[in-house]
Amino acid sequence: MADPILDVRGVSKSFGAVTACRDIDLDVRPGEIHALIGPNGAGKSTLIKQVAGGLAPDSGRVFFDGQDVTGLPTAARARLGMGRTFQISSLAMEFTVLQNAVLGALGHRGGVFRFFRPAMKDAGLLARAREALDQVGLAEFEALRTSELSHGQRRQLEVAVALTLEPKVFLMDEPMAGLGAEGSHRLMAFLDSLRHKAPILLVEHDMDAVFTLADRVSVLVYGEIIATGTVDEIRANEQVRSAYLGDEALP
Amino acid sequence: MDRETGLNLALLGVMLAIPLWAMAADEPFLVTLTTRAVIFAIAGIGLNVALGFGGLVSFGHAAFFGVGGYAMGILASHAQGYMPLIEWPILVEGTKSMPVIWLTAICASALTAFAIGALSLRTAGVYFIMITLAFAQMLYYFAISWPAYGGEDGLSIYLRNAFPGLNTMDPIQFFAICYALLLAVLFLVARAARAPFGLMLNAARQNEDRVQAVGQTPYRLYLVAFTISGAITGLAGALFADLNRFVSPSMFSWQTSGEIMVFVILGGVGRVFGPVAGAALFVLLEHVLGGVSDYWHIYLGAILLAVVLYARGGIFGILTGRDTANG
Repeated sequence: MADPILDVRGVSKSFGAVTACRDIDLDVRPGEIHALIGPNGAGKSTLIKQVAGGLAPDSGRVFFDGQDVTGLPTAARARLGMGRTFQISSLAMEFTVLQNAVLGALGHRGGVFRFFRPAMKDAGLLARAREALDQVGLAEFEALRTSELSHGQRRQLEVAVALTLEPKVFLMDEPMAGLGAEGSHRLMAFLDSLRHKAPILLVEHDMDAVFTLADRVSVLVYGEIIATGTVDEIRANEQVRSAYLGDEALP
Repeated sequence: MDRETGLNLALLGVMLAIPLWAMAADEPFLVTLTTRAVIFAIAGIGLNVALGFGGLVSFGHAAFFGVGGYAMGILASHAQGYMPLIEWPILVEGTKSMPVIWLTAICASALTAFAIGALSLRTAGVYFIMITLAFAQMLYYFAISWPAYGGEDGLSIYLRNAFPGLNTMDPIQFFAICYALLLAVLFLVARAARAPFGLMLNAARQNEDRVQAVGQTPYRLYLVAFTISGAITGLAGALFADLNRFVSPSMFSWQTSGEIMVFVILGGVGRVFGPVAGAALFVLLEHVLGGVSDYWHIYLGAILLAVVLYARGGIFGILTGRDTANG
């Protein structure tokens, strides 16, 4: 089996008396989509923050591409190749769609401390930005101001910006939320093809999407991973059924 | 050419036309008044780099205005007294050369801004406002209690400093120098605003998470912006000292910080030309209302309130019908 690109080992995090994550092991291997599911308040976002940066675990380590990144700030992790999309769209709302994509291309290329030539006339940055917008289907909206985009389109733009970073792993926090049925299906088809470029850690509420896309699924309940396995294994897992999914039939 | 560009050019045209007309009509006072507006505009452009583009509400830019002013005052006072600044290990003399003074003012205020910024930028919001204010006040009290350079009384420089080939005591020639510097600063800031640095800084103002997610560190962007911002305001301080041929601790006072902020807010936060319009309006009000009443600041306050409450984009926002400079 290929070595994992992202490896979370024994991560725990408490806020006062509340344990948000307890001894979590999780890995993402090349070419796979690893879905992380769990009820609201299970600690999914807390875990993502410890992987992407911004929140230090109380114990445990996070390894990325063979390197211990536990103490690194968010920006350094992004430069190493973590492409993150946010649960609540986190874009420069006053910018145009194209400007947001160029921002990603610029952050990835570096050379931010240049003061003279216009960024929006840099052919290299524009080409990379437009390619990413085209891939998520936002090419025709590039001149629109980001605040004028629909909720779903902002999600697509988040993914496009992550694409401009050419990451080694994608960390996607509910990329489907707010997308209509059609948008959802398009993004699913796109993520399906994306896994061969870079693996995806996918936090998602949409069970259809998870069970269609994921190679492996981890189930997080009350800060603990109660099961990790293939889609079929998770479907068949009694503990998952009773603890999280109830007795409802799984898709 | 869009409407905003047209307005920018019109503004620069008027600021050039007034002193030319005033000179022809033998009204040197109006030339000096416009020069004052030009210098305030440069100070405001400096603050706007931090406040407008970076969202860094500095209430301490008087520090850099004052450092620029004292850089001029100290160099020129040594030169006019024929007292070397430093004798050992190397001999450093004062100077009356404007370009040398500008360079010194820019470097000194940039260094000050870097030091103040490095500490202050660890905070945000109201704490940032308060800590920048506190640093400026420290320098204010230091200037007051520093007898070598006039203390509370300040420093008088008898003759304006020299610029090669020009008679700087002639109001219109000094105006020309300041106006040329205004154009240069506007050009460079407009370029930087659209360059990679400006784009990323603007993004940091809107959303720090986004900037980090694309692999950049907001703190570094802010620190560079704050340093550039201080340097520009420092240059304005040196010019202001030359305009008055006088430097005093009041350049460091919190009222000065407030006035620089007023130029930016009146004109339009985040627009390259905003502080030019704001400074021009401020000087106009100061002159017109100041003639009506000693308490003209009350009217200024009312106008400022109206702008903040109803026209967030300042004068430029009203005239162009757009709140922000993007898009």
